[in-house]
Amino acid sequence: MSTTYELSHLRALEAESVHIIREVAAEFERPVLLFSGGKDSIVMLRLAEKAFWPARVPFPVMHVDTGHNFPEVLEFRDHRVAELGVELVVASVQASIDQGRVAEETGPRASRNRLQTTTLLDAIEHHRFDAAFGGARRDEEKARAKERVYSFRDDFGQWDPKNQRPELWNLYNGRHKAGEHIRIFPLSNWTELDIWQYVGEERIEIPSIYYAHEREVFRRDGMLLAVSALLAPAEGEESFTATVRYRTVGDATITGAVLSDASTVEAVIDEVATTRLTERGATRADDRVTEAAMEDRKKEGYF
Amino acid sequence: MTELLRFATAGSVDDGKSTLIGRLLYDSKAIFDDQLEAVERSSKAMGADYTNLALLTDGLRAEREQGITIDVAYRYFATPRRKFIIADTPGHIQYTRNMVTGASTADLALVLVDARKGLVEQSRRHAFLASLLRIPHLVLCVNKMDLVDWSEERFEEIKDEFRAFASKLDITDLSFVPVSALHGDNVVTRSEHTPWYTGSSLLHHLEEVHIASDRNLIDTRFPVQYVIRPHSDDFHDYRGYAGTVAGGVVKPGDEVMVLPSGFTSTVAAVETMDGPLEEASTGQSVTVRLTDEIDVSRGDMICRPGNQPTVGQDIDAMICWMSEVLPLRARDKLVIKHTTRTARALVKHVQYRLDVNTLHRDDAADSLALNEIGRVQLRTTLPLFYDEYRRNRTTGSFILIDETTNTTVGAGMILGPSAPSPA
Repeated sequence: MSTTYELSHLRALEAESVHIIREVAAEFERPVLLFSGGKDSIVMLRLAEKAFWPARVPFPVMHVDTGHNFPEVLEFRDHRVAELGVELVVASVQASIDQGRVAEETGPRASRNRLQTTTLLDAIEHHRFDAAFGGARRDEEKARAKERVYSFRDDFGQWDPKNQRPELWNLYNGRHKAGEHIRIFPLSNWTELDIWQYVGEERIEIPSIYYAHEREVFRRDGMLLAVSALLAPAEGEESFTATVRYRTVGDATITGAVLSDASTVEAVIDEVATTRLTERGATRADDRVTEAAMEDRKKEGYF
Repeated sequence: MTELLRFATAGSVDDGKSTLIGRLLYDSKAIFDDQLEAVERSSKAMGADYTNLALLTDGLRAEREQGITIDVAYRYFATPRRKFIIADTPGHIQYTRNMVTGASTADLALVLVDARKGLVEQSRRHAFLASLLRIPHLVLCVNKMDLVDWSEERFEEIKDEFRAFASKLDITDLSFVPVSALHGDNVVTRSEHTPWYTGSSLLHHLEEVHIASDRNLIDTRFPVQYVIRPHSDDFHDYRGYAGTVAGGVVKPGDEVMVLPSGFTSTVAAVETMDGPLEEASTGQSVTVRLTDEIDVSRGDMICRPGNQPTVGQDIDAMICWMSEVLPLRARDKLVIKHTTRTARALVKHVQYRLDVNTLHRDDAADSLALNEIGRVQLRTTLPLFYDEYRRNRTTGSFILIDETTNTTVGAGMILGPSAPSPA
């Protein structure tokens, strides 16, 4: 029997996240877990499963559906939700467009990324959710590096970076008034590499697009975008077949693939450990708009 | 196995803290090319003739516009031995509130001084806050050694001065490293400029410092966080108490007592989804099952009958006040969160205010303003199950919440039960 009582860094991160998830389940009336089918939300859902085992996860899972999906990701979502026996709420950006709540962007770089905020906030209000778990990590982006684990949102769902509650020890303040809610980020202290190491150690299933595969792509703004029913190369952009994988999964029209032949979790861990580009820098057109693109979206109520 | 080490840094713009952190991140390959390019672009746009690594995390619009750090920034890097979480706290604005926040979970504090200037008011303040928050390890980095010609004499002078000051504090493990953050001397590798220095490089020290024994493994404390009842066919009568071990070790067969009821039982199992554990120690999130069906709910504390926490409603604590709106005064009523218990607290008395620069106690003080620290007597509506903060940072800490605004306004470190009042 071990007598050193040392915890590996992954077990320490896991324990911290499980603690946060249980705290929310104990103190909030209507939490919801935001699930995109991406690797971070998959790990978050696994941690929620662990937090309440052998009982079921005591809150629903919500997918803010841009309609611009990778089919592999949707399949994965439905399979996982059925396996856990949790309730799935789908908040549809298409429905928000049809109802006139938001207008579709136009032009070659249009995406539904920003539109998600309205759909998300409408759904939170409609279902009267008072806590929403998100899979954001602080290493992802510099506005996120300054966000609390419990991130307070006002009646309009807005984040005020200059007026955040101090967060000490493992004591979290989730108090709020009716109409306000708290975003909860249990993966705050995880890095991209931690996520992959955990996926490897736990043998967690993730959508196949995270591993190397052949795909028809074209270059735009220095990124490789997939040719699909939603997106075609513009004039002067040429498509070609390449071996790629995705580092992040978002709106399929703006999420770039990276050239990679990493087809196993071990190969991906090696690749992530030696890469010289951040995952958002390599793959997200939405964060390239301005230096404060993420901060501005977050202030409006984005994930 | 890679361990996790959390450390807090504090310092002002001029002492080279950002450069030092940038150096650690860059040399451990935690800074990516696109981040570095963005920072180089921004530095140039702001008219700087060097790459300002502070821009790596000073990402908020207001920070970039004003060229200041307004909040604790968390940064991450890893070596094959350890994963590091840095809580980087600004030295000037809201320093106490930010440093206390960053220090609350830290295993180690990194305090920087400029070799030319030696100890300044701020270095003393950082050391004091590190000791108040009971950070077990403190490293004093004497930076800009290149500007004092790598003088061993100067390094020893600063060491002596710091030791004299630290003797008034409660610092268990103190180390000194002479560095040049700009040139990288003694940051990742030992420098040839300091042949007289026999210690480790800073990174080597961070990788090697022994933290496993910092946790309290003696006093078993298990605050019940959540009761797990599956109501399923497979687990029909299952009743488990989920929580994070806050002290000591819990294992099957242990005789335990549940507070506040005082009922005793035996640990039947310590479980996780990955299977039963032979034992769980401080920091692990587990589910405990007992052999007897007794009434246990969130906010209760599982401990050993022969080693119980203090149970009480009258508590003396050091409080760091964080409200920008109102000061803390006697008769204030606040919400108190302690382990998994939430109660209300009445401020009975402000005993003194502590000057964080001189350590002078002002007994005449009757309030604490933003960023002030003092000794306060509280009465809570429910009994708390606590230990002295110096013995257990989890069962000895609490936060105070304003009932009107719902904001967190105070951080408390428990000293012990209040002396009975003369009335």
